[in-house]
Amino acid sequence: MRPGLTFLLGSLALAATPLAMAQGANLTVPKSVEAGNAFSIQSAGSGKGTLYIIGPGDLLKRDVQLGETTSFPSGALYNAGHYLVILAGGSSTENASFDVVPASQPANLSFLAKPSRLQVGLHNGITGSVYVFDAYQNLVSAPTPVSFELTNPAGEVQKRTVTTHDGSAWTEMDSTAKEGADRFVARAGGVSGARVIGQVPGDPCGLKMNAQQQGQQILLETAPVRDCSGNAVPDGTIITFTETYDGAESTVDAPLKRGIAKVAMPAHRGARISIASGVVMGNEIRWEK
Amino acid sequence: MSKGLLLAVSLGAATVALVAMGTMWPIPAAAAYAGGGSLLRSSSTPEAAVQNLGDEIRMNAWQKAYDSLANKAQFTEPQFVHDLTGTYPSLRTYATLENFDVQPLHASTDEAEMRMNLHWSSVVGAFTSTRDVHVVRNGDRWEAEWPIEKEPVLPPQVIPVNYLRWDVIYRGAGDDWGAQDVEAPHVRIVDMHPVQRAEGVVILGELLNEDVVPAYVSVTATLQSKSGATIETEGSFDRISHILLPKQVTPFFINFPDRTLSEVGSVRMTPLSQLVPASADPVIEIQDERLNPAPDASLTGQLSNQSGQVVNVAHVLATFYDKNGQVVWVADQYIDRALLPQTPVPFSIHIPEDLARKVSTERTVTSSYSSGGTQ
Repeated sequence: MRPGLTFLLGSLALAATPLAMAQGANLTVPKSVEAGNAFSIQSAGSGKGTLYIIGPGDLLKRDVQLGETTSFPSGALYNAGHYLVILAGGSSTENASFDVVPASQPANLSFLAKPSRLQVGLHNGITGSVYVFDAYQNLVSAPTPVSFELTNPAGEVQKRTVTTHDGSAWTEMDSTAKEGADRFVARAGGVSGARVIGQVPGDPCGLKMNAQQQGQQILLETAPVRDCSGNAVPDGTIITFTETYDGAESTVDAPLKRGIAKVAMPAHRGARISIASGVVMGNEIRWEK
Repeated sequence: MSKGLLLAVSLGAATVALVAMGTMWPIPAAAAYAGGGSLLRSSSTPEAAVQNLGDEIRMNAWQKAYDSLANKAQFTEPQFVHDLTGTYPSLRTYATLENFDVQPLHASTDEAEMRMNLHWSSVVGAFTSTRDVHVVRNGDRWEAEWPIEKEPVLPPQVIPVNYLRWDVIYRGAGDDWGAQDVEAPHVRIVDMHPVQRAEGVVILGELLNEDVVPAYVSVTATLQSKSGATIETEGSFDRISHILLPKQVTPFFINFPDRTLSEVGSVRMTPLSQLVPASADPVIEIQDERLNPAPDASLTGQLSNQSGQVVNVAHVLATFYDKNGQVVWVADQYIDRALLPQTPVPFSIHIPEDLARKVSTERTVTSSYSSGGTQ
């Protein structure tokens, strides 16, 4: 039964395609309908007929009395797109078409904020993209203003307003000098979406260590490690201590714990001890004791 | 058809004949492995005594091996077994002795020195350990004295550790496609250098985790011809430290066997990173790193586990630079013994002879694997 119906509808649609854009002489349809709204179709003539409405993802079939108005309630059609109307009555077939357009009022935002974590102080480092949808998940293609707000933990706000084009809008923001979780909000027509952007410290800056004798060893300890904006570099960051002596070398990759890194290395007279983190070099100590 | 039948009959007859011969006159090794005999020969010479010991070790016949030793009063059988397989689980525990060779170093009428090269096979490749065995005459027999290396016994103690660890909560399967997920760690290739070697093209380089979170990393390289066509894609496999803590740098080594640099127009590098749970411990100090010149050029040193946790398998990766700071080689070694806290374990990484003269400096990193977690 179903394949038969599909075949019938397909045949009707194919037969009617060349005339799809034409308004049938005995069929009056609205030019466009907002997704989810009620609408009606007026037919002319007398007798009984069958009305088909075929569109993207929707198919409606009604037995109608020709010459009367057929009403469709709210929510009958909600997928935006171009719809074909076919009225089959007696030996004749009438056809017409209309558009179901997205509701003008945004109901949902898909908000993509990238990256979710970045270093402080990066110009245009944060990107926010918004896709505006109506209540039926149709992309709202009409130009819609979207406001973007990025608020850092200190309460400083960056604002941008962008009008959507073909349903989407995007902007770029700077990461600020202060580490912490920024709140990134996009708003359109009373609907909003929020994301959290983690601003993390940059590379260590002014990396410095101190050394002191501890028995047969040198105890090496960094000063609290901070980036160039003064943010504390997070624990777990690797600090590499390298001691060079008598043609040999000792190395330790030590993680920061409670803001500092410390290790004990063998004491060798005349040894040179350097410190680094990633590609950043720190100070160097010559051990003469 | 008749020729085929003749061939089948001939093969069947030959098979039956060979099975019968093998059953009636088996080779000694087959008989030994079938439990019907012994591979061991009379220990009438120092070489035979050491060969017998090696065969017993290979067959895991620990009691026989221990009983054959001249100096067994100096240690117990479990200590002997632990010397060979490790007290704590390590690469050695899961390795098998593939074969061994014996070289005489010195011999007199009553004693001899023999060098045993034990070739082990493991999941990360083959490794060799060398023992110099003293052999003594006992009547008409020779007996080996095992050079026991007792693992140090750590005194009971408490080592306080500020346990630093990252855990990750990923997005849920039901989340909207626009919902945020945790950002993959930001990693960067800070150096890359293709090298032509006799065995093919090698890509050497270094990768930096420039993020504040740990990363599981790998690198793939794609060789492209001068016309832009893809020649081959390879990954770094295990010649890289896969877990990189924040601001940590690892070398990588990608091998393209049987390729020549002349056919390569460009190389496309793809670093991959994934946010993973990780621990900042244990910390391993690399002590007394020395570049030893040719012949037998090598990098030697010692690993010292500064944490209280036993490290079961350690992997040492060395990057060698020329005087201009250019990477000229990357080599590695797995340590076959567990790293006990505060107990140095030596390592030795071979440097190819033709590159040894170019090497000016080096940089060594370690990655470690402990049962119940990795770092």
